[in-house]
Amino acid sequence: MLEVSNLACSRGDHLLFSDLNFSLSAGELLQVQGANGSGKTSLLRTLCGFMMPVAGEICWRGQNIRELGNTFYAEMIYLGHLNAIKDELNALENLRISAGLAGCKVDDKQVIAALRRMGLRGRETLPVKVLSQGQRRRVALARLLLSNASLWILDEPLTALDVGAVGLMQELIGEHLLSNGMVIYTTHQPLEVVGVATRWLALS
Amino acid sequence: MNKLSLIGLLSLVIRRDLVLAMRRRADVLTTLIFFVIVVSLFPLGVGPEMDMLRKMAPGVVWVAALLASMLSLGRMFSADYLDGTLEQMMLVPQSLSALVLAKILAHWMVSGLPLVIMAPVLGLQFDMSAQALWVLIAALLLGTPILSMIGAVGAALTLGLRGGGALVSLLVLPLCIPVLIFGAGAVEAVVSGTSAGSHLALLGALLLVALVFTPWVTALALRISME
Repeated sequence: MLEVSNLACSRGDHLLFSDLNFSLSAGELLQVQGANGSGKTSLLRTLCGFMMPVAGEICWRGQNIRELGNTFYAEMIYLGHLNAIKDELNALENLRISAGLAGCKVDDKQVIAALRRMGLRGRETLPVKVLSQGQRRRVALARLLLSNASLWILDEPLTALDVGAVGLMQELIGEHLLSNGMVIYTTHQPLEVVGVATRWLALS
Repeated sequence: MNKLSLIGLLSLVIRRDLVLAMRRRADVLTTLIFFVIVVSLFPLGVGPEMDMLRKMAPGVVWVAALLASMLSLGRMFSADYLDGTLEQMMLVPQSLSALVLAKILAHWMVSGLPLVIMAPVLGLQFDMSAQALWVLIAALLLGTPILSMIGAVGAALTLGLRGGGALVSLLVLPLCIPVLIFGAGAVEAVVSGTSAGSHLALLGALLLVALVFTPWVTALALRISME
């Protein structure tokens, strides 16, 4: 489904990686590995179309993502280093807006259910600015539960999460893969999903 | 396949930005109070000569509106850029230009519209006639959205730069000169007994041109800033 061929990326004048080839099909999990500064985030941002690759192409269902544009965006969800939640709004409002922008029709019940699943019972209507770093990350991760995108692109999803939440993340990724989803992520923490062989992509 | 309708996107983004502005009321009030103070300083500084005040009123109100609109430009995209919501907006499966247009409209409702409402009250300090006040309102109503639109281009270009606030004013203010000329000109025309029609028509034309091009240019600038 997602095919990357001969991809090269640079940051300024510095070439991060070149001749990168990989493909990802339904139900597969890909972990991008590499030292700090090896271009993991740049790779994920290139996959999202934020950055132009220096060479090579990225295809989704056989078509270049640049040409697909919105059709591709409707089928993917990206979770970056930044949580993309507004401090002034509460968790419920944040999720309602982000789901709305992604084009998912959700009602408050679904949003509350997603937040409870992420362990935020009783925090639904508190302004996000009073939540802790880990709780904010949980709010951001709850977006995954409300989206029906098939490709998840997660940049360091486990930062600031406690052990319980890491376990929950593994569960969520497992469920997503079972329903023929695809996940590509970076992490420095071990993440084991039951019943799925993780594929590795090493950047050097 | 998920897809949000264009109208749905516009109303969602406008509602979101208005709610955010209401939660940060201090920012909105700063712009308005700045406008009121700058305009009020002139009668105090220049002295109470009615003829002179009447003559300079349209220019003063317009220049103050221009400066006040610069104050709020920095906030148009920077908060969204810093917390990552702008990234997510780029991934919205809809036209980015439409989303930008919604943000511009919301920005105008929060920082432009209050100026338009406040202007007639301030005009009274300058002993403007009722007719001149009406034309002032009409000109501001046509002109302030243009300021938001041109400002959006500047704000998007300077996103993430250090000292972007001052730079955006330097970029945008020269581009706003036509708006200033026709806006102030409309009021002056009425005061001197001719019709303001041509000035207002030109302002309207500028508004249409800006409406067509600036959301698109801003979207391009945002994409460059995100790289």
